[in-house]
Amino acid sequence: MTGIAIAIILGAPLAAILLSGVRPRPQVGEFVNLIASFFVLAAACPLPFVVAAPVTYWNDYLVLDRLGAWVLLCTALVYFLASIFAIGYMRLIQHPERLPTFYALFAAFALTMLIVPLMNNVGAFWIAIELTTLVSTFLVGYEREAESMEAAWKYIIVVSAGISLALLGTVLLYWGGSLVLGPTYDMTWLALRDVAPRMNPLILKLGFLLVLVGYGTKVGLAPMHTWLPDAHSEGPAPVSAMLSGALLNSAMLGIVRFLTITDAADIGPVPHEALIVLGVFSVFIGALFIVRQEGVKRVMAYSSIEHMGILALGFGFGGPLGIAGSMYHMLNHSLNKSLMFFGAGNVMRRYGTKEMPAIRKVLHEFPVSGILWLAGAIGITGAPPFATFLSEFMILRAGFASTQTWAAIALLILLIVIFIGFLNHFSRMYFEGEQEQPAAGPRIDAWGVLPMWLALIPLLVLGVWWPSSLMHVFNDVARVLGVLP
Amino acid sequence: MLATHLDPLAASLFSLIAIASMLLSFVMLGSRWLKNYLYAFGAQSWLIAILSVTVGYYGHYPELYLIAVLTAFFRGLFLPYLVLRILRRLHVDREIHLNMRPSTSLVIGAGAVVFALIVAYRIANAAGFPQNIVVLALTVMFTMKLVGFLMLSTRYEAVSQILGLLLLENGIFLGSQILIPGMPTLIELVILFDLLVAVACFGVLVRYLMAHVGSTSTFHLKKLVG
Repeated sequence: MTGIAIAIILGAPLAAILLSGVRPRPQVGEFVNLIASFFVLAAACPLPFVVAAPVTYWNDYLVLDRLGAWVLLCTALVYFLASIFAIGYMRLIQHPERLPTFYALFAAFALTMLIVPLMNNVGAFWIAIELTTLVSTFLVGYEREAESMEAAWKYIIVVSAGISLALLGTVLLYWGGSLVLGPTYDMTWLALRDVAPRMNPLILKLGFLLVLVGYGTKVGLAPMHTWLPDAHSEGPAPVSAMLSGALLNSAMLGIVRFLTITDAADIGPVPHEALIVLGVFSVFIGALFIVRQEGVKRVMAYSSIEHMGILALGFGFGGPLGIAGSMYHMLNHSLNKSLMFFGAGNVMRRYGTKEMPAIRKVLHEFPVSGILWLAGAIGITGAPPFATFLSEFMILRAGFASTQTWAAIALLILLIVIFIGFLNHFSRMYFEGEQEQPAAGPRIDAWGVLPMWLALIPLLVLGVWWPSSLMHVFNDVARVLGVLP
Repeated sequence: MLATHLDPLAASLFSLIAIASMLLSFVMLGSRWLKNYLYAFGAQSWLIAILSVTVGYYGHYPELYLIAVLTAFFRGLFLPYLVLRILRRLHVDREIHLNMRPSTSLVIGAGAVVFALIVAYRIANAAGFPQNIVVLALTVMFTMKLVGFLMLSTRYEAVSQILGLLLLENGIFLGSQILIPGMPTLIELVILFDLLVAVACFGVLVRYLMAHVGSTSTFHLKKLVG
């Protein structure tokens, strides 16, 4: 049953790549991509709830476990929302003859991200992450302006250099394992976890730290975050949503899986402490740059760094609360950040600028979607009644329950700073000043507003009602990660 | 593990190749001519291919012969050819802006070797393998990593940065041939393929940089800050 779901999840984007690459008419690409993303979402939705024990497929190269299925679900959601949004948004960009290329790349990017959580081999996981970079570089540079080319170049160089450290860490861990298991073994997540207690602690620690810095670059944890604001702000809005809502989670999954390996061995608190320090620093950098930012998409990008820091903190604090909070936050951030990038894309098209000081009286231009965007802004800062509040609150509770109380206090203060800074930008854009030049850009059609509704409604529902089946999934993951009996 | 029972000839061959590849990375560091980087990288890849053959022979890993052939072909011929094509198209033959003189970077590179040696020594001792060849493999792996990062951070030309990245990968590949020759072949093959795709992507991107920014020196890429 789950095998069919995986076949759909991987097959649908593949079909979309082929169809939109072959057919020269852009409309074909749009709808093929949309249909593919719908099938992916339909197949991925039930997976976290039906996968009880990890299942492997295709000679053990693919694995499906609850944590992976959860990341798959987040990716599929963002892919679906971004595919709807792309239809309206990409029609406004010049060069319709390049649209088939865009949709082929878009589906390819989704495919590489959907492969990542399914990878059972640690080396293959690294390759899948590298492939996401290679494909998405061309999406970041799609608009082919000097700025987007700069962002694309910075992205591919910084991230490739960063994750080569993760490869070094992987090689060291394989070496550490080979000292116990003999020269040749299948480097699966499970094999590494089983061998971890007998592995040399120094090698294990060093391997983990290298992997943390490596995949941390891809996650956008400060101080390795330098590529992130540029790539997120220079790509087209649907691509930014995919980068922020889906890609960062996939890379975070790698860190969590390696954390499970080090947790299986008794090597002291170093891995968790490292994650917590990077997490606090990311939230700190996020707060600093959000407050002083002028570019509308760059604010969202720094907010992604902040939220990845919060995720790192949640997994670093650990415990059932930390893990449940982080997993919940992954979903909420995916929904909420997609909404924010869609809104930012709409506003940028209408006003013809990326600079927030030139954007005034948003509600005047966008009576409906403006309210959705504002609600999303309140959600992304972690205010009730949205689901992000619940998940951030859980992570804070996990922090106060852990030994690292200082990090929880720092997080609390920084979250307040971010709340003020973020909403300050929005209150200026919405309620202050007068628009000097009338907004002259094209109006966004229903394709641009529908995904905002689709993102906001679940965010609101999950904020007031927490389904017990979700808690069941989180507790099961916590059990697998070894923090619940 | 292979390194624990190695006859002296094999051990000295491995050491010779590892040290020679490390020296080649210093050729890259000490020069400002892009062609020199390229030749050093190509020679280094050939050395790694030879290393694969010797490891395969002494450690009885027949699949490493295949890896060696592919390494020589892809890393030693095809990748340098791709980069050479990029170079020809660019009409740039040396680094124009340098934020560090080659002599200074050589000194820093030497410091990197010392650092790598200390780290490698500690790891090898902790793992219970104080043999020279293990220490050397780890040292070379870390050194090439550090030198690669030094290249990435001190050179501006796009081609230098591509070669810096390739140097990072070469270091890992070289170390893994000595430390973990039994690594599943499929993974090594896919990493080789991945590298090829990466360089192809870089090629396309460099062309776009040329067309849309008007320069391939990342010195001019400073619009996005803050």
